[in-house]
Amino acid sequence: MVDTAAGATETTLLRWIPFLPLAAAAVHGVLLGLVRRPLPRRGTIFLSCGAVLASFLISLFAFAGLLGPEGPRVRVDNLYTWIGAGKFSAEASFLLDPISAVMILVVTFVGFLIHVYSIGYMDDDHRDDTGFQRFFCYLNLFTFSMLMLVLGDNLLVMFLGWEGVGLCSYLLIGFWYSDRWNAYCGMKAFVVNRIGDFGFLVGIFVLFWALADVGKPTVAFREIAAAFPQIADRVVTLPAWLGGAEWKFATLVGLCFFLGACGKSAQIPLYVWLPDAMAGPTPVSALIHAATMVTAGVYMVCRLSFLYAAAPGASAVIAWTGAITALFAATIAITQTDIKKILAYSTVSQLGYMFLAAGCGGYAAALFHLATHAFFKALLFLGAGAVILAMHHEQDTDRMGGLARAIPRTRWPFLIGVIAICGLPPFAGFFSKDEILLTAFAAQSVPGNTWLYGIGVVTAVLTSLYMFRLYFRTFHGATRLAPENFRRVHEPSETVRYPLYVLAAFSLLAGFAGFPQVYGDWLGIPDSNSLAHFLAPVLAGGLHDPGLSHGEELRLALLALGAATAGLLMAWWLYLRSPELPGRILQSFHAIWRLLHEKYFVDEIYDTLFVGPMVWISDRVLFRSIDAGLIDGVAVNGTARGVQALAARGLKYAHSGLTQSYLFLMILGTVAIVGWLLR
Amino acid sequence: MTASHLLSVVTFLPLAGGLAVLLLDEVLGLLSLSRLSEGVWRWMTLALTALTFALSLGLWTGFDATRIGFQFVERAPWLPDYGVSYFVGIDGVSLLLLVMTTFLMPLVILSSWKDIQRGVRTYLFFMLALETGMLGAFVSLNLFQFYVFWEVMLIPMYFIIGIWGGPRRIYAAVKFFLYTMSGSLLMLVALLVVYYLHFQQFGALNLDLVQGPGSAAPALFDTVIPVAGQAVWWKTQTWLFVAFALAFAVKVPLFPFHTWLPDAHVEAPTAGSVVLASVLLKMGTYGFIRLALPLFPFAAVEFAPVIFALSLMGILYAALVAMVQADMKKLVAYSSVAHLGFVMMGMFAFNIEGVEGSVLQMVNHGFSTGALFLLVGMIYERRHTRLIKDFGGIAKPMPVYAALFGVVAMSSIGLPMLNGFVGEFLILLGTYHVAPWVAVAGSFGVVLAAAYMLWMLRRVMFGPVDNPENRGLIDLGLREKFVMVAVLLPIFWVGIYPDFFLRRLDASVTEVLRRVETANARTTAPGGHEAADPNVTAAGHLALPVALELGPAR
Repeated sequence: MVDTAAGATETTLLRWIPFLPLAAAAVHGVLLGLVRRPLPRRGTIFLSCGAVLASFLISLFAFAGLLGPEGPRVRVDNLYTWIGAGKFSAEASFLLDPISAVMILVVTFVGFLIHVYSIGYMDDDHRDDTGFQRFFCYLNLFTFSMLMLVLGDNLLVMFLGWEGVGLCSYLLIGFWYSDRWNAYCGMKAFVVNRIGDFGFLVGIFVLFWALADVGKPTVAFREIAAAFPQIADRVVTLPAWLGGAEWKFATLVGLCFFLGACGKSAQIPLYVWLPDAMAGPTPVSALIHAATMVTAGVYMVCRLSFLYAAAPGASAVIAWTGAITALFAATIAITQTDIKKILAYSTVSQLGYMFLAAGCGGYAAALFHLATHAFFKALLFLGAGAVILAMHHEQDTDRMGGLARAIPRTRWPFLIGVIAICGLPPFAGFFSKDEILLTAFAAQSVPGNTWLYGIGVVTAVLTSLYMFRLYFRTFHGATRLAPENFRRVHEPSETVRYPLYVLAAFSLLAGFAGFPQVYGDWLGIPDSNSLAHFLAPVLAGGLHDPGLSHGEELRLALLALGAATAGLLMAWWLYLRSPELPGRILQSFHAIWRLLHEKYFVDEIYDTLFVGPMVWISDRVLFRSIDAGLIDGVAVNGTARGVQALAARGLKYAHSGLTQSYLFLMILGTVAIVGWLLR
Repeated sequence: MTASHLLSVVTFLPLAGGLAVLLLDEVLGLLSLSRLSEGVWRWMTLALTALTFALSLGLWTGFDATRIGFQFVERAPWLPDYGVSYFVGIDGVSLLLLVMTTFLMPLVILSSWKDIQRGVRTYLFFMLALETGMLGAFVSLNLFQFYVFWEVMLIPMYFIIGIWGGPRRIYAAVKFFLYTMSGSLLMLVALLVVYYLHFQQFGALNLDLVQGPGSAAPALFDTVIPVAGQAVWWKTQTWLFVAFALAFAVKVPLFPFHTWLPDAHVEAPTAGSVVLASVLLKMGTYGFIRLALPLFPFAAVEFAPVIFALSLMGILYAALVAMVQADMKKLVAYSSVAHLGFVMMGMFAFNIEGVEGSVLQMVNHGFSTGALFLLVGMIYERRHTRLIKDFGGIAKPMPVYAALFGVVAMSSIGLPMLNGFVGEFLILLGTYHVAPWVAVAGSFGVVLAAAYMLWMLRRVMFGPVDNPENRGLIDLGLREKFVMVAVLLPIFWVGIYPDFFLRRLDASVTEVLRRVETANARTTAPGGHEAADPNVTAAGHLALPVALELGPAR
């Protein structure tokens, strides 16, 4: 290890964290995609799970290396110059600091558990003889991309991972590609994500040239952070056709990047791909569409916290987008019956919470919720997958009920996950969600922050309502299954169950990593919020003390607890105590129910407004009218026909074969030339 | 450079070898012995193209990336009275395109191993002649010689489309020929004007672009071409530039001169499509960077907004049109138009980022789109249809094909770690500096690219195998796999370690930009030429009305 001038320590360790999964994916890829010699099952398991486990152990080792008290907590691993042209230069380089350390631990740990789970889950997949290995190939490739995303030392390596996880998401959503719907959902995810990536790209351009303007052309995070104050307060005048408004530079850049975050982290208006992404196998939903990839946008905002801290406008947009998305998705989740769809909308909603926190300046709170959510949402999805396996690939909660008796070993971890997401103490979600609400409550700089807090609390009630609705309708009450089908419900295998237990333990305990100082003071623990203290040096605003008294904090915590309990009681009343009540409510509020059940018709609106017209214009106007009709038909072939007609009507008479007329024209021509020369 | 003749050997080896085989064949025929079989012809051609590639690697390794100017220069009098000489040499730009061409040719020959069954000898000879034609244009440093090669390569291509093409091959071949010819004639006229201007200024007839060994005379690049004003209208840079630009724009093809391309691609045999897309289109973009920019720097900068508008049209319009195509080959053809829009956009950004991205993207497009045409050809050989609706679920019977198609499609839509991303990124980055809104709109082309490519993949590769004819499809054989793996090699290489290629472009691109900038620094606004005003630079003329203005700090 060598100390560099910048205070970062160089190491060659970091590269192995992403490269081991990449190597495994490459071996699988060549064996399957080229030579068609699939590995035996055990070989696949050994290679894939082994690579991710090794990657996790290295991450753990690297993380431990950061914990020492001395020196700056930054490690850099620089490989080579990836792209260099003119002023632009992007290194293939990795950065380990507290933020990325937390992220790689979550990614490799949850990733490894889900790899193990997949052994059991994908085992009965006989749709495709090489499907088992293909699945692990994509899963490894995903792990690689996600690690590139979080370990990247600059915007470009991050973008590489960013697009890479999008590709893997596409491949895995459409994993069972023989079904048209799955292939459609995969494509939709990729294209919608690309709209976000467009924002990311433009953000890089805007930021890079502004930095070049002050003589600091760079895309590396630490260098941007150092030079950013010089350009943050510039004023950008939008062109007249955009209203000619004057914007703060930081706000403009911040919004560009946030568009990227909206795509990847499924926020309004780009969330539409995530619910459909549930077409993929359930481990994929757990890993990619709950625990890791969809949090990339939150990670990006925190990584660029120095930028957003200087951009109050962009931060307000983030906070409001997050809050509205959280509420919006929660209302949809209440009316869904597909177990995975409910969890998908819940993911959208929880991601909204994270953006709410980040927008209010609580970057550590956002990352805290990101980590706890990774555990309990992965647990919930894996639990849902276990239920789906137990039910022989049935996902509709309308055809479940009373499963607690049949699969108790799945039910208990699932219940822990439900409690954790609802935010009942002392489960993980309680601490992280409470910190977000508290941040929103205290964020005076964000316009309408009291409203944001209110939305957060209402969403907490709804969260508790739809999660317990899901839990009660799945595991309790009278079963809606035929008796002979109920007998066939079976507990899934060990490789499926054990990851649930581990995740359940973390859903219970992870909250203590961010144990609030309020309780810490009671128990006499100094700096009890160890996560926030660990992250503080690399986040804008450092520890971000909301500046509330202990009494206020406790009152807010009680209110949040009350909200969660209210939702729980409502769910209990509606779905256990008087199960005929929801049907009656549905009848009296049918229009509202329909609106929610059909997800506010957003997909239909997008199709009618954007997709349909675009295809129609491309086909009828651009292709048939302009390309084939105007350019090719009139201009090109029209010219050809014109020349032909001219020759047929006029010029052909010149080619008469009459010597006299040839001679005459020749003399005429000679006279003309001589005349011109003698002029 | 030393008196090595490597460059000439590489250039003429295919044609000379082809002529030798042809002669041998005829002699054997005259002696009433058995003539060379088609198999022997195939192997001979493959060996010749492979040898050409091997020799061109010598150019790659011998090339000194740090040196400005042309290397491997050879010059010999040809028609000395008219200033026509045989004059060849390469810089980084031509090196990349040359090695790409020699690399692709053996693969193209391999890809048509089974596809072409009648007139094999003629076909292979045309391919060899075509290779020499293309290489010749890339290495020419004499304008006359360039023009000869430029026209020469039309002839074999015309026959390849016209003889071995699809049902409407005659229409497509004639359209291709006439369209390109009408552009070329404009260039010929402009070329003569430049020749005349040079004679006026230096009193010597010379068509060399730069000074070469054995000639101290000023070359064409030293000619001062009047900007505007007192000069007769056709002597102004504007008109001369337009004439050259039209010839090149047809080849590129730049919107709206693109309609010959889908027809030519759809009708051409697979190998023809690959060469057409990978190399022939690059003649247009190469012409811009080698001739139009250094000869008419002022007009080039003046026309940048027009080129931006047309390339942007190409990027967005062609992507939308590609989306609704029913024929896979036509879809790929329109995607080509969009990609070349990026190339032109980056070139006219006139900064290192944009121009290096542009040249790299020329090479990238050669590999990615070439590979797409190869893949479409492979399925066409099996099913004799290219209509998207005839397919569905192909990934089931042909998993290797689907996997390779997937990788190539990703490279085409610019996924990082594959080649397309590096080029597109640098182009858009460079363009943003001079015309932000053009770059922003161009970036949206990346979204559209994903839409049309993935929609095709979905309809062709995924879903159930509805059509019973697709059930028995046989996956790629060893020869086809070899071809595809070979093309994937540079696709990954450029994506993972582009610096290896970009490094070789630095000096050459800087030199081109230096010419453009100094010429523009010497010239003020249109109207008065040669008025020194150091305050006005190339960038000064590029300020578009839509530019995003950065104000002072507040």
